[in-house]
Amino acid sequence: MFVARSIAADHKDLIHDVSYDFHGRRMATCSSDQSVKVWDKSENGEWQCTASWKTHSGSVWRVTWAHPEFGQVLASCSFDRTAAVWEEIVGESNDKQRGLSHWIKRTTLVDSRTSVTDVKFAPKHMGLMLATCSADGVVRIYEAPDVMNLSQWSLQHEISCKLSCSCISWNPSSSRAHPPMFAVGSDDGNVAYGGKVQVYEYNENTRKYSKAETLMTVTDAVHDIAFAPNLGRSFHVLAIATKDVRIFKLVPLRKESTATGPTKFEVQIVAQFDNHNSQVWRVSWNITSTLLASSGDDGCVRLWKANYMENWKCTGILKGDGSPLTGSSGQPTAMSMVVGSSVQNSQNILNGMSAGRIANRVLFAPPLRQLTSPKINQSISFHLWILPEGGPGMVTCCLLRPS
Amino acid sequence: MEEVDVEPTVTNIPGIGYGKHMGFAWGPGDILVYETQFKASGPSLSGPAGLFIHQVRKDEDIYSPILRKLFNESHHIFVGLQTIKEDLPSKSRRTQFVSISRNYRSVIRACMEELQQVAVSTRDTEMATQYGNQVSILLAIELIWNLCEVLYIDAAPAGSLLLHLLDWVRLHKADVDEKARDVLQSDSPAEHHNYWDVVVSYVLQGSLVEARQMLVKQANLQPASRDMYKLMDSLLGKMPFFNPGGTETVTEFDVKWSNWHKEVESYLKDNSFASNHHLELICKILVGDEDTLLEQKELLSTWYHFLVTRLLYCHPTVKPFELHYYAQSCLTMFLDSRSVQEPLDSILLAAFEYDICLVIKDCSIVLNNWWFVAHLTDLLDHCKLLHSHNLNFGSNMREFLLLEYASGLFTHHSLWQCAVDYFDHCPELGRACLELQIERVPLGTERKALKVLRICEERQMSEQVRSICKIMAMRALRNNRLGSALSWSIRAKDAAFATLISERFLQDYCAKGTFSDLDLIDNLGPAMLLSDRLTFLGKYREFHKLYGEKRFKEAAKLLLSLMTAKIAPQSFWMTLLTDALPLLEQTEVIFSADQTNELMYCLEELTSSLNTTAPGADRPMQQEDVEQTKVELLRLSLARNLAMAVVKEGTMET
Repeated sequence: MFVARSIAADHKDLIHDVSYDFHGRRMATCSSDQSVKVWDKSENGEWQCTASWKTHSGSVWRVTWAHPEFGQVLASCSFDRTAAVWEEIVGESNDKQRGLSHWIKRTTLVDSRTSVTDVKFAPKHMGLMLATCSADGVVRIYEAPDVMNLSQWSLQHEISCKLSCSCISWNPSSSRAHPPMFAVGSDDGNVAYGGKVQVYEYNENTRKYSKAETLMTVTDAVHDIAFAPNLGRSFHVLAIATKDVRIFKLVPLRKESTATGPTKFEVQIVAQFDNHNSQVWRVSWNITSTLLASSGDDGCVRLWKANYMENWKCTGILKGDGSPLTGSSGQPTAMSMVVGSSVQNSQNILNGMSAGRIANRVLFAPPLRQLTSPKINQSISFHLWILPEGGPGMVTCCLLRPS
Repeated sequence: MEEVDVEPTVTNIPGIGYGKHMGFAWGPGDILVYETQFKASGPSLSGPAGLFIHQVRKDEDIYSPILRKLFNESHHIFVGLQTIKEDLPSKSRRTQFVSISRNYRSVIRACMEELQQVAVSTRDTEMATQYGNQVSILLAIELIWNLCEVLYIDAAPAGSLLLHLLDWVRLHKADVDEKARDVLQSDSPAEHHNYWDVVVSYVLQGSLVEARQMLVKQANLQPASRDMYKLMDSLLGKMPFFNPGGTETVTEFDVKWSNWHKEVESYLKDNSFASNHHLELICKILVGDEDTLLEQKELLSTWYHFLVTRLLYCHPTVKPFELHYYAQSCLTMFLDSRSVQEPLDSILLAAFEYDICLVIKDCSIVLNNWWFVAHLTDLLDHCKLLHSHNLNFGSNMREFLLLEYASGLFTHHSLWQCAVDYFDHCPELGRACLELQIERVPLGTERKALKVLRICEERQMSEQVRSICKIMAMRALRNNRLGSALSWSIRAKDAAFATLISERFLQDYCAKGTFSDLDLIDNLGPAMLLSDRLTFLGKYREFHKLYGEKRFKEAAKLLLSLMTAKIAPQSFWMTLLTDALPLLEQTEVIFSADQTNELMYCLEELTSSLNTTAPGADRPMQQEDVEQTKVELLRLSLARNLAMAVVKEGTMET
């Protein structure tokens, strides 16, 4: 792994969240400087800031994208007790030429009386819905019934969790087999208050969310939670950032046909790591949930992966080394420049090579002039080999097998 | 045996303070990291913050055009392998598998050669090292693959096994030929400083024909020892090699070989070569003297070369299951106590031990190369080897590795299309993974969207098809491209959105008096039925066409039916009635008496509903007046038309 480029974010204060859009071509950043910035990736991979505006009157904790089916829509939440929904409007042509875009505020959600700590859009099959959670311990679920009119949001559900909420995660499972579900975490540090992660499930009959499970073993403050993409499994996987990293499996128990209450789960702990030494602040899955990343007090981002025995293992660490950035800000680093020119080089060499080489080739002739010997050098190989977000590959299979 | 244990790789991020909190975000093929402070309360950090976001990437190799060829070409081989029929006789299946394995290796070789050329020709030393390293890794991969091919895929029995191993060693010790060429091209080859190295190397490799050709040159120079050279030449020439295609059994061969071996031993014992230490050395090699072989470490260069040479001159009929014993002892003998066993050594040893699972596991750990383990495991799985070796998770391991590899390809802007085929051949989770990955392919252009769409449609991924169309429809609508938005939402079968866009079309018509995207609307066909409003849009446009073609009767009938069948929204009735005016004013009677009556009903229904719902408070007076005038005009026209129609119909009856 290497730093391909550094982007001059140019926020005036701490960055609290960075979020990719669904296709990975745009990102949004938010900061204590009360602003949100939107960045677009150009053809050559450079990030360009196309919008920057003041969004709140306090630190902006989180920013998140709606699914592109709903257009270009962002939600942000802030210390100023509000959450807001933003929509990009197609600007005038001269704006486009200058590479700028316009975002307008469609609504401010003012129901919370305390800092809104997290905001997340619901899975798209539920329509345009979003959930907020706040320090006063309330989860609120809003819906925009008309996706063409984002100025109208109605508060659909207000769920009191009793404990100060820090984070919320929708179960991304889009299959009809699972009713809508979310988990909410509390950063209340009082161990005596019991489980800090609650799972809520929507009940079609009562049209309400009701608590399906409290993870009783998680008694310390929880800072982040993340459901893993489902992959057609019958169970759910939930990662939790608390005083350590934990991965839980929620296996739905077979329902009695007469029962109307929420699904009951068998909660299994799959992994638990204290490598961060102290508090863990963020957890997040990659697209296919083969890797989990976590960030903690040790100043490291750690990458986790399971092997075939379902043993989870740290396979990569990113950490600040305190050295100054080389090269001027926003410019590609020396590394990527080098790579760029090399690509050119080899392409020239390749010109004029005939296609269909496999068929025409005489196997293994002429013998390779062997200047080098076969050698596996780990430190080198890391740069060279196809690494699907990997880290040292582990042969995992059991983990992903649907039970 | 224990699997190789590897510490997690640490990547230092410059520009982030040591021990400072780091935020991150997963992206396609990279991670963004930034310095932050997670404790929500409290003042901000002192010093600059929020200045930089760093993009951390891993898969640099997919950006190398040479390796990209490796991925592309192996993709074809992979797809070919998946289509090999199960019901072929096992012998012809094996032949096919061996040939596929060779195809894979030939792609690796081709790639290596290209990289080698680039490494040599580039002026940038850093790049040269990098390419050199890539070549080393490819060499290691090819070496392991080749050995697996010999041991598992070809699975040669005793006798042929050694021949294959010899080929394996020769192929990966190609520097002998290089050296030989240097020697032979020199003015006096026999006096070249590398001459004896080349001869001995040939003997160590079992390339005895070449060794003899070299020896002739020396013999010619030393007439005094001609007999000795002659003797050596005959010993080398007589050495029996097993002929797998022949009629000779392994036992017969063994007897023949033992006789030859005894003969060599006897010459060594009676000091036939004592006066020439070079020839004596060769003779000692021929009898398989361990100490002598170990003295040739420089020329052997690896323990596995030592192993094969030792087998050649001591146990040429080694059986597959005996290999691990020799391999282990050769490794121990070859590596002195100081040198460390490298990962490559462990992997080769595991291969000799027939521990396929460990080979794959270790490779995936130390190589960080999904390409290799995924393709090799897939091939071994097709050979049914993972089952016979009692790995009940065999097919899952195959699938897991293929999924990892394919997911990596997906982050690349053109290789993702190859990845689709890999997902297709993973029965368990392939589809779920493909669904997750494909919907995230950026839909930069309509063409790209259509490409992605086709892939989804071919696989009946209806949810992804719907979503892609919806995204495209939304994007078109945002950019005010109504036609495109409509056709995408028809493809998405999104009735609500189609209604919304139809509404826009009608509004546009009311405002401008003309329709845009006529081609699309004229050719809606059955798609028109997706939503009521779309049906109306289509029919209304049909009316305009009929009118334009002066097919007034048909136009009139259609117009009326739009209202009576409640296809037209009531809000649009006034427009429709106004459209009827010119028809009513024609000299010829177009609306029949019955039709005129129906029109009148429609008008009354409309005006009565307008009167009750809209008292006119929110409408400016002027517009009210216009509406009023319109209604009166209509009433007048309708009455006149009714009169004319009655007269006409009456006259026709009589």
